[in-house]
Amino acid sequence: MLSRVANSVYWMNRQIERAENVARAVETTLDLALDGAISPGRLWNALVCTFGDEADFWARFGLADQANVITFLAFDQANPNSIASCLQAARENARTVRDMISTPMWEEVNKAHLYVRAAAAANREVDHPREFLDEVKRASQLITGVADATMSHGEAWHFARMARLIERADKTSRVLDVEHYFQPAAALVALPSSGDDDAGTDPVQWSAVLESASALEMYRKVHGAVSRRSVADFLIFDRAFPRAMHFCLTKAEESLLAITGGVKGAYTNPAEQRLGRLRSHLDYGAIDEILGDEAGLHGFIDGLQTNLNRASDAIEDTFFAIRPLGHAIESSGPERS
Amino acid sequence: MDLQAYQTEGFYDELFDESLRPRPGAEQLAGRLASAFDGELSERQRAADKTLLTMGITFNVYGHEAGTEKIWPFDIVPRVIDGAEWSVIDRGLKQRIRALNLFIDDVYNQRRIVADGVVPDWLVDSGTCFRGPCAGLKPPRGVWCHITGTDLVRGGDGVMYVLEDNLRTPSGVSYVLENREVMKRTFPQIFAGQRISPVENYPEKLLAMLEYIAPPQARDPTVVVLTPGIYNSAYFEHSFLARQMGVELVQGSDLVVQGDVVFMRTTRGLERVDVIYRRIDDDFLDPLAFRDDSLVGVPGLMRAYRAGNVALINAPGTGIADDKAVYAYVPEIIRYYLGEDAIIPNVPTYVCGEPAQCQHVLSRLGELVIKPANESGGYGIVLGPRATKEQLEECRARIKANPRNYIAQPMLALSRVPTVVGDSLEGRHVDLRPFILYGEEIFVLPGGLTRVALVKGSLVVNSSQGGGSKDTWVVHEGRR
Repeated sequence: MLSRVANSVYWMNRQIERAENVARAVETTLDLALDGAISPGRLWNALVCTFGDEADFWARFGLADQANVITFLAFDQANPNSIASCLQAARENARTVRDMISTPMWEEVNKAHLYVRAAAAANREVDHPREFLDEVKRASQLITGVADATMSHGEAWHFARMARLIERADKTSRVLDVEHYFQPAAALVALPSSGDDDAGTDPVQWSAVLESASALEMYRKVHGAVSRRSVADFLIFDRAFPRAMHFCLTKAEESLLAITGGVKGAYTNPAEQRLGRLRSHLDYGAIDEILGDEAGLHGFIDGLQTNLNRASDAIEDTFFAIRPLGHAIESSGPERS
Repeated sequence: MDLQAYQTEGFYDELFDESLRPRPGAEQLAGRLASAFDGELSERQRAADKTLLTMGITFNVYGHEAGTEKIWPFDIVPRVIDGAEWSVIDRGLKQRIRALNLFIDDVYNQRRIVADGVVPDWLVDSGTCFRGPCAGLKPPRGVWCHITGTDLVRGGDGVMYVLEDNLRTPSGVSYVLENREVMKRTFPQIFAGQRISPVENYPEKLLAMLEYIAPPQARDPTVVVLTPGIYNSAYFEHSFLARQMGVELVQGSDLVVQGDVVFMRTTRGLERVDVIYRRIDDDFLDPLAFRDDSLVGVPGLMRAYRAGNVALINAPGTGIADDKAVYAYVPEIIRYYLGEDAIIPNVPTYVCGEPAQCQHVLSRLGELVIKPANESGGYGIVLGPRATKEQLEECRARIKANPRNYIAQPMLALSRVPTVVGDSLEGRHVDLRPFILYGEEIFVLPGGLTRVALVKGSLVVNSSQGGGSKDTWVVHEGRR
């Protein structure tokens, strides 16, 4: 498989997964805002911080209210991680690998892009975004389903799955970290203290975290009552739930090894080393150790995200940046990504 | 619907004769159109448009701001060619391609045709598509022009003429296949009971040709399609053909030359490439051999080609036979190499490089169509009868400054095909681009791409200038 093509397949799938996760988180925030337990300003502020683009948001929008945050996260062309930008970029990537992906898969990516573009142009979804968010989630799941059912489960498909799972592990970790952004001390601007500083133990908030990962029902089957410890345990360590970080990393590693032909427990390239180490870290981790540690949950998640980024960089170096050996005549063309 | 309301307005209509009787091959189609209920045509047309959008069948327009990608308009009324007429066209195209291939081989090697005085030496040497670095080359199997798209038009006299030969990187064949697919999806009833030549086997024929052309030492040749990238106007087609053939679609930056062998960069390291169907012009192919500012090419590619380690399709240098001044000499070229008369005639053409003909052109500028010899996509063409005085004077100055670069032809009353306008049919002008593959034998895809000028009265069929396309049927006698 061409390195450039693998690169596009990889990013296309991360972008689609990203769009779905943003849609899910926005939906949950809309629910929480209706509950009224946490002040809307704090909620929308936390949502912006969750995805890490808060500096850009403050610079261009200033006020974190519902309309601004939804515009920024869903439709803003200038935000490269907005739903509209992600699906636009995914579709451009799909075009560059049009020969590698199946026609049904291409048509679903194309339809998703056309839908989001029309919605962004109509500009009426900001006030009533539910249907739009549903459609984005549905499109993402449809694309995954069509890919599973119409693409050979070979190299391209494994790159696609690995990308989705890495992106998903990152997003689940961010959703779980949201309590960090509810703390006034950590917020980037001073929010009025509204007496909900105990948000960290609030079952409503932790239920919302589970909802953001579509995990509430599956969680209940395992843990029953909602508590901070159990939610963190479930979203980090569960081996069966498809949005839990441990599950994501285990399966991502499976795809990586299917691509390289390597075996679990050993490594022959930096991608296998980094991803394998991260996975085994979760294999042998325990929630009480994390919560009892000085760095706490936030520190753990921070470290995990850093290592996830390193693993992703290693994947890029290993597969997408193939350099010829010896005295080759190098192409003067710009590298595309 | 009432077909008696349709008007041919004195033009040659491909579907109906002047008394509105269906032409041979078009009887069943005419019957089906006549039985369309009110609103059916516009409904089917909308369904087709939606299908195109969903399928993402697009082309890029250069310098267009609001999203470079456009849906290429498609009209649901097919253009019909009778099987008996097609067999003549098929023979004529094979004859023409065989002669042009011999011509290209000759001008880069012995130059007998120049020595024998059949074509003037200036014609070859001053051609902007003549490639000095290709002199002395012997491409694999002796074939230069593996893929040709020859533009045909029918005049008011009902005669089919060759309008131009496209031997560089002709595009449009993907639309032939997609148009048929869209027709089947949106208007399946219209095919019932007819014997229409299939077009779906083109990718297989193309792959077989590419593998045949491979360097002999390549046992199981690796074929790739080389594209300039997603911003090229024909990117859709490049990815379509690669997908249909099941081969890699590569960009210049994916390829690297080591030891005069071409490799592609893959997730498992470098992999050897034997055959490149390149959709990049000669000029940009290899910055070390041609234009050194090319960013889409592959440095060292020509050396690998010269060493016989890779096949390029079409061979570099074929563009010389694409030159519109050379076109004027094709009937003589056919006679010279094959000893035959051209089966499909040329449009009468004046070559401004010949002083006497140039004088004639300058004195009748307002009646003629003036074309630059080496443009494609319809750029730079001046329609004398429709030009303003200023445009004609500007054109005259350009011809005088560089007569070699211009030809002139009489204005043709291009034939028309009924086309959906609202819920009725109106005649619109068309041309036809059949596609010809030259491998072990010469294969002509039945039918080809019918381009249609959708603007009323317009003669410009180019996709970049308001043209659309139609499905093209070669219909054989008898029911299926």
